[in-house]
Amino acid sequence: MANFYLDNKDLQYHLSHPLMKRIIELKERNFADAKLYDYAPQDTEDALDSYRRVLDIVGEVCGEVIAPNAEGVDHEGPRVVNDHVEYASGTVRNIEALIEAGLGGMTLPRKYDGLNMPVTCFAMANEMVARADAGFENIWGLQDCAETINEFATEEIKERFLPRVSAGETCAMDLTEPDAGSDLGAVMLKATWDEAAGVWRLNGCKRFITNGDGDISLVLARTEEGTKDARGLSMLIYDKRDGGVKVRRIENKLGIKGSPTCELVFNNAPAVLVGDRKMGLIKYVMSLMNAARLGIAAQSTGLSEAAYREALKYAQEREQFGKPIIQFAAVSEMLKNMEAKTLASRALLYETARFVDIYKQLNHISHDRSLEAEERQEMKFFNRLADGFTPLAKMFASEYANEVAYDSIQIHGGSGYMKDYACERLYRDARIMNIYEGTTQLQVVAAINHVTKGTYLEQIMRYEEEARSEATQPMSEQLKEWRKTYEAVQARVESIDKECAGYKDFHSRRLVEIAGYIIISHLMLRQASECEAEYLNPAKVFVKYAAKKIAEAAAYINASEASDVELFKA
Amino acid sequence: MEKVTKIVVLAKQVPDTRNVGKDAMTPEGTVNRAALEAIFNPEDLNALEMALQMKDRIGTATVEVLTMGPQRAADVIREAMFRGADGGYLLSGREFAGSDTLATSYALSCALRKINPDIIVAGRQAIDGDTAQVGPQVAEKLNLPQVTYAEELVDINDTEVTIKRRLERGAEVVVSPLPAVITVNGSAKECRPRNAKRVMKFKYSLATSEMATADDARKAFIQERPYLHIVELAAADVNPDPEQLGLSGSPTKVKKIENVVFQAKEAKKLSAEDTDIEALMVELIAGHTLG
Repeated sequence: MANFYLDNKDLQYHLSHPLMKRIIELKERNFADAKLYDYAPQDTEDALDSYRRVLDIVGEVCGEVIAPNAEGVDHEGPRVVNDHVEYASGTVRNIEALIEAGLGGMTLPRKYDGLNMPVTCFAMANEMVARADAGFENIWGLQDCAETINEFATEEIKERFLPRVSAGETCAMDLTEPDAGSDLGAVMLKATWDEAAGVWRLNGCKRFITNGDGDISLVLARTEEGTKDARGLSMLIYDKRDGGVKVRRIENKLGIKGSPTCELVFNNAPAVLVGDRKMGLIKYVMSLMNAARLGIAAQSTGLSEAAYREALKYAQEREQFGKPIIQFAAVSEMLKNMEAKTLASRALLYETARFVDIYKQLNHISHDRSLEAEERQEMKFFNRLADGFTPLAKMFASEYANEVAYDSIQIHGGSGYMKDYACERLYRDARIMNIYEGTTQLQVVAAINHVTKGTYLEQIMRYEEEARSEATQPMSEQLKEWRKTYEAVQARVESIDKECAGYKDFHSRRLVEIAGYIIISHLMLRQASECEAEYLNPAKVFVKYAAKKIAEAAAYINASEASDVELFKA
Repeated sequence: MEKVTKIVVLAKQVPDTRNVGKDAMTPEGTVNRAALEAIFNPEDLNALEMALQMKDRIGTATVEVLTMGPQRAADVIREAMFRGADGGYLLSGREFAGSDTLATSYALSCALRKINPDIIVAGRQAIDGDTAQVGPQVAEKLNLPQVTYAEELVDINDTEVTIKRRLERGAEVVVSPLPAVITVNGSAKECRPRNAKRVMKFKYSLATSEMATADDARKAFIQERPYLHIVELAAADVNPDPEQLGLSGSPTKVKKIENVVFQAKEAKKLSAEDTDIEALMVELIAGHTLG
């Protein structure tokens, strides 16, 4: 019986993090639900036990149903029948199994039939689903659209849609259009108020919409006639039951082939408004995107896990020159680095998820009562960390997924290039992860602000204060040196940038990467301190890798003149 | 009041013999239960799924699990509740120890007389004994019609059930009056997964004897929530003839167990060409390996 939770000690370790107690406290609010719902926890231990049990179910469905279906889904793919999407047969079975397992609405409050679990647990579930089938994770993971509805919509809208998400209906976020991809301010899909029917009417076209024929769609549309920028955009919900949207085509993609990427035509489709007009892009898409980016970080981590395991298994089984190839240094070094990158992705992912949980939950509480001064402080603190860490997590995890998938094929040798092994699918699936929900280059744009504002530096200093084990001490010292390097190159970049506009922009990825490598190394050392047997070896491997990357980036910056900005201009 | 159809699933906790390692057997030739994980007998899970489908179709029905075994067999009932069963009965006591299929079916039939179900569903056979006798014997003892090798529930109403049976050379669809005993084949639909809310709801459920060792808080918790109490039946609760229980009721005696290791003596390599496959088929049929 394959179980992607029980076979993954690292995932279980992250659920036992001390911050989980605070998260549960905020999520359960004095365990008031225990009197109302027979499945609500009585106390912190009970809640944690329930999380473990639910993740155990997810792990089993992933191992027993979704993973075995993945190859068939990749071959079969979805198709358009009568203007609607028909999923591959394996996808249909996956959805059935998840509905039977009651895994819709994982993070939604119980009053909407949800499981009221933290974002951290949802990310864990997403990671396992992605390990089983990355393309399917898109369809299932989109249930986090419901979080945006829960945060910003009226009670009436919440009551209409959220229980349906809990029952397993799928979601979509309809943002991009042919001429509005990374630049969402250019969205033109038109929303007009139909006074007679008392609904908004949507007209226009959307492109590259993941699961575009989902049951419940969040649509970014232009409600303010005559406007041309972000300020004229609002967020609306389109209900598939109402009709009015046709799927014109499904894109033929390199990977994640089971996930239907749709081109949609809206023809007077009725819709309801979420929150305030004109806040669509500025406020709600930002919330959606942050959740989606965390989702891609989870998806990427799951893919790395799958690719690493495939490579490890092959390297143990494949014999050449009379011994398994894992016994050759060149192969085992690759495997060790792949393992370290997978653990690193996960460490950063769940550190971020915990920050998001605390911030989000305090924010929810603030809608019901005014927060105490201390709580306001806490919310602000974790909001900033969540904002700073989300682009880092998305960027590192998705880049690592690509690297690990690449190396997985390399370890398979010629066989890996054939369609016979899962590694080729993983490689194709990984390729989108550092592109969608904001390319790596756009994550850098979000993250560089936190280099400037000092979010990363302050957090690095906090990590330096944490107690560490004897065995990790030399590495902790090394990390302090890196922090000094980081401060020095940042100072250099800031000062040259004053005279030469564009210099900081030019080096932004290098700065963000240095900060990221220091942060992840701290997380790895924290784990190694707590659990030497499991983590000391991969922590050492990762720190060696990070040392190389930091030295390279720092050397580049230190040797870079102001004139480099001109050198690289098109 | 609308009639509630009472469905009882017979389930057994068995050692997981599917991934047998070197220590699976004791030197005496009996199953080393300590080395093998205790699991829900696989075909009993198929039976549970069919019972739950019956409930889905009828609407007003309950699905309960009856299992005979030691205290830890209550795990099977909890697992069934996680997957959709409403409750269960643990038939437990030292009187039942050492039962063969005859004594087991006798004990179960005594309990079933007391429970009085409309439909009894069981797995075809258990992976530890592989006899496929208990279901049919229960039917005989209760004087009920039986449908064996059930693969698919075709239809069900208050008075009869239509079942597709998997046979060696095909399938047949039969109609049986109710009450009846149905034994379900491993080729039937796999059991639905555990359900998140049900797991959270039922995770603290305990059978009576488990309650005895639980702490006071747990006891009080279960007393407030009767659905968490798994009914436990002792021998005295089901009015049996003591002679027919356990060892004294078991005529089967295992004389000798031999450990057979299969070994391929020769290997042949065939291409995926039709001609090669054809030749292989002819050989297998001629040698009575197939057909």
